[in-house]
Order: sequence, then C-alpha cells, then structure tokens
Amino acid sequence: MYPLIFPLALAGILFSIGVVGFLIRKNAIIVFMSLELMFNAANLVFITFANYFQNVNGQVIVIFIMTTAAAEVAVGLALIVSIFRSRHSISVDDLNKLKG
Amino acid sequence: MTTSMIFFILLAILAIASAVAMIASRSAIYSALFLVLNFLAVAVIYLMLGAPFVSLAQITVYAGAIMILFIFVIMLLGTKKLDSEEPLKWQRPLAILLSTALVIEGAYVLVTRIGSHALATAATSELADPKTLGMVLFQKYALPFEIVSVILLVAAIGAVVLSRHDSKPGGN
Repeated sequence: MYPLIFPLALAGILFSIGVVGFLIRKNAIIVFMSLELMFNAANLVFITFANYFQNVNGQVIVIFIMTTAAAEVAVGLALIVSIFRSRHSISVDDLNKLKG
Repeated sequence: MTTSMIFFILLAILAIASAVAMIASRSAIYSALFLVLNFLAVAVIYLMLGAPFVSLAQITVYAGAIMILFIFVIMLLGTKKLDSEEPLKWQRPLAILLSTALVIEGAYVLVTRIGSHALATAATSELADPKTLGMVLFQKYALPFEIVSVILLVAAIGAVVLSRHDSKPGGN
C-alpha cells in the first residue's frame, strides 16, 4: 500500500517539467517531446484513478490517448519536416512570418 | 515504509531526473533517449498500479514506435545545435517561475483534497486482466474505437501528403 498522493504528485511534476520544456526550448522537435511528456503525465493520472476506483475505464481512455498521441506525432513531425524543407530551420523563433 | 513505496520513490526519481535531463540536454538525440528512459520508468509505474497491458503498450507504442519516429526525424534534419541567442530574455525565468507556481498550487490541492487515501499495491486480478480491458474496449467503447482508427488513418494520409516532394507547379 502506498498513498494515492504519490503518483498524482509525480504526474503533476512531470506535467510541469513538460510545460517548462515547451516554453523554454527553441528546437521544435524538443517542444514536441515536451508535449509527449505532458500526455504521459495525464495518462499516469488516468491509470492511478483506474487503480483507485478499481475500474477499467481509465485504462481504456489511456489506450485512446496513446492512439491520438501517435496520430498527432505523425502529423506534427510531417509538419516539422515540411517547415524545415521550406525555411531550413526548425527553431520555433524563426517561425515568425505571420508577425505583422 | 513498505518495499513497494521505496520502489515507487526510486522510479519517480528516475522519471523526474530523466524528464529534467530531457529538457536540459543540448543535443536533440540525447533528449529523445532521455525521454525513452522516462517512458520506461512510467511504464514500470503502470505495472505497479495494476495495468500490465497499458504498461506494455506504453513500451511498444511510446518508447518504441513514437520515439523511433522522433529519432528518424532528428537524424533526417541533422543534429546541429541551434544558436542560443534569446529574443525574449525574460522568457526562461518566467517559464520556470510560472511552472513552479503550478507545482505549488497542485501540491496544495493534492494535500488538502486527497489527504491520505491509499492505493492498492496490486490491483485485483480482474482489473489487471487484459481480457477485462478487451471486453470493455470492444463492447462499451466500440464506436470510439472505430473513430480512433479513422483518426489514425487520416493522420497517416495527412503525414504522407504533408511530407510529399512535389515539383509540379501548384501541386503543393
């Protein structure tokens, strides 16, 4: 037995690290990886409560989240490759063409 | 302090350390490998929480398929380091400050609301059984399952269309 608060605190910390990575990194690929870290933290909360309520629905939702994350990664990385091809950079600071 | 508690704390330290190393490392490929380590640590925590199917799906889908995709793209685009000039000087300290505020608020809510509820170390065998998961997935969640498969198909087609080389005019 261990307290419910442990996995929830871990998920919160991982989510916050993901937020920091999302905000401070310039490399678009690492920004994407920070996004995956945040997905992961959300999944951890679902699994924790699936255990706490002894209900399998939380695990099913995690499977859906994983599938959606895989789809999102495929499209996102294709976008990054496409941006790199036209701008020759994957730094998010260089993507300011829409700035007035 | 039980054995499972100590084991959990070690895994949590591993997960947090690899996440910090992921956002701190200069090279994108090291970041990807640290993220794999983080996913593996979280997968073991899933196993401790009584979700063996999701745990192994995490290893094969996340640490396997998705991270291989990331590493392919990093190798495709080159691993040259980006210049570290800062257009926004205040961005980094502000991000760390706000994220610390997020952690503190979250910790406050957790401590006041959750208190000292306890988790079962090993879930009941019914919950841990992939058969239960499959039954719920294909009966109660049959329609969402089909919709997700369409989302995957659309994403695959979208990725192919986006990354296609087309030299014909107007063929973008």
